[in-house]
Amino acid sequence: MYDKKELNRIKEKKIDWEKNRYSKLVRIHPERKDKFENLSGTEIKNIYTPEDIEHLEYNKDIGFPGEYPFLRGVHSTMHRGRLWTMRQFAGFGSAEETNERYKYLLEHGETGLSVAFDYPTLYGYDTDHLLARGEFGKCGVAISSLKDMEILFDGIPVDDVTTSMTINGPAAIVWAMYVANAENRGISKKIIGGTIQNDILKEYIAQKSFIFPPAPSMRLIVDTFEYGFKQVPRWNTISISGYHIREAGSTAVQELAFTLGDGIEYVKAAMKRGLDIDKFAPRLSFFFNAHNDFFEEIAKYRAARRIWAKELKKLGAKKSRSLLMRFHTQTAGCTLTAQQPEINIVRVTMQALSAVLGGTQSLHTNSMDEALALPSEKAVRIALRTQQIIAEESGVTDTIDPLGGSYYIEWLTDKMEEKTYEYFDRVEKLGGVISAIEKGFFQREIAESAYKYQREIDENRRTIVGVNDYKIDDKRSIPLLKMDEEGEQRQINRLEKLRKERNNSKTEKNLKRLRKAAEGDENMMPYILDCVHSYATLGETCDVLRGVFGEYVEPAIY
Amino acid sequence: MERKIRVLVAKPGLDGHDRGAKIVARALRNAGMEVIYTGLHQTADMIVETAVQEDVDVIGLSLLSGAHMTLFRDITKLLKDKDMRDVLVVGGGVIPEEDVPVLKKAGVAGVFGPGTRTEDIVDFIRKNVKP
Repeated sequence: MYDKKELNRIKEKKIDWEKNRYSKLVRIHPERKDKFENLSGTEIKNIYTPEDIEHLEYNKDIGFPGEYPFLRGVHSTMHRGRLWTMRQFAGFGSAEETNERYKYLLEHGETGLSVAFDYPTLYGYDTDHLLARGEFGKCGVAISSLKDMEILFDGIPVDDVTTSMTINGPAAIVWAMYVANAENRGISKKIIGGTIQNDILKEYIAQKSFIFPPAPSMRLIVDTFEYGFKQVPRWNTISISGYHIREAGSTAVQELAFTLGDGIEYVKAAMKRGLDIDKFAPRLSFFFNAHNDFFEEIAKYRAARRIWAKELKKLGAKKSRSLLMRFHTQTAGCTLTAQQPEINIVRVTMQALSAVLGGTQSLHTNSMDEALALPSEKAVRIALRTQQIIAEESGVTDTIDPLGGSYYIEWLTDKMEEKTYEYFDRVEKLGGVISAIEKGFFQREIAESAYKYQREIDENRRTIVGVNDYKIDDKRSIPLLKMDEEGEQRQINRLEKLRKERNNSKTEKNLKRLRKAAEGDENMMPYILDCVHSYATLGETCDVLRGVFGEYVEPAIY
Repeated sequence: MERKIRVLVAKPGLDGHDRGAKIVARALRNAGMEVIYTGLHQTADMIVETAVQEDVDVIGLSLLSGAHMTLFRDITKLLKDKDMRDVLVVGGGVIPEEDVPVLKKAGVAGVFGPGTRTEDIVDFIRKNVKP
């Protein structure tokens, strides 16, 4: 990007500066650390200059937003045209309570919904299942049937607002409930919009809410891809997620590499089925974490877009829309401290800012009290206001990719890309993503990084404000969310009533037809929709599939 | 030779957040204890059964889903029923301050929330495990 002569002058000047100015000062006043390193273990230099990015060709490697390789953003106007969707992940207790929270959030300026489900729902069990004990509504809302879904979205314009649902193992079934509810309200599935997470590979790797073994899980996912682009064209049928990989303790580079590796695996699986890449690729979306290292996070989002565009092109995608990496971001839950919870607002602000500067399409900001409990109304309102301040007051949205061209950012973006390809090679050598999962490769890599991070904190080599430094003797006194204690019984009663009052012969017939489809190789989505429409519960439907596919048991590695 | 302290690190219920459990398991192992990690999705019966089989001195429970009031107490109750009062039970996770005294009363001797140093857990176990 620079002419040779100019570059030589800069290099000469830098040598002079290092020798005659910088080193002299360091001898008298040593720097704070012997070595500066980011969270991924990359050594950070004292200063970056054009020398560090001399190999880059602007049009080829950086380019313009909305054009290949999409480093600077997926749209040509980015946040000047449209702000990101402010989408707070929410769900607790019963469908009634969560419905109220959604209305509260929409009233306060939220622009999209995001559903958190409780553990029994994530594992495909009804609320009255033995293994659901103690878990009802604890870290999300309990949805056991279409009945609950009807209550969850009661009075919410599902034709207008888009909804993201964090559901994986039973994603096809819960999505079918959402579609069925819209249909019953007279809203065509052609116009509803939203996202299902539906990313099983990262469940095996990190989040661990899996049900079935890899092969049938991948089949279900490809079924949703196919059904999606044919029948529910505005739906993102997967959100390939690095968020949970990061929360489990990975570095930013690992998050980037493992997530993109998963993405490529899904594309290959769908192509193997014979699906046209330019039909399904435009509906693939991503989900990343926004952690503490401000610049590293920004570089991560930028690198992700460029790598994805390159890889999809290699896989044969022709349409520009197929090459776009659109992503949601959530600030890092694992960085929140239970100590001095109010200071989490500051952490979240910086993390959210990195996501915005990195060009996110939608954003969740964590609430200050989430290391203690699910967020209270006040805490979640402040979190939403944080996004609104960034959007409306800070001015960072006035130009596209404002950090593009920074010597440091461009160097770091490149570095992360390089390290990602190193991981791709290692996974390839292990026989691909699924084989690497079965060998425990990702799990071990993550556990290693998590332990290293904790050691740094324990040994005071890494400062966490309020935890190992700047401590006060605080009694944790912020008011926490209280849940309706009768919600669980109400839900169990509703389930009992449902099982009695529905047309049981129809429900059973549909479940039997699903079993037959699962035993064969048809697309299961239409059968799942029939089951859902006839009020088969989530547990009953998953039991049919568990019967055919079996369950996944992971190796316990630490 | 002195017998090493034996610890069962367990994940009760459906919660999949295993970062903390794995870090603690490693830290205890590096502190010279024998560590058995159950893996995910354990019922109270499974955990207590493993504790018996492995003849452990300590059970360390980790739960971040919010179900600790039910599941931790299921386990301490089962231990009492089986007259396994010698086993030291400790727990950690996202646990609000107000739940701590209730858990302690139920037999969870130490409760470690977010931000705990792993050394503090090691020290607590060394001090409280019954010889």
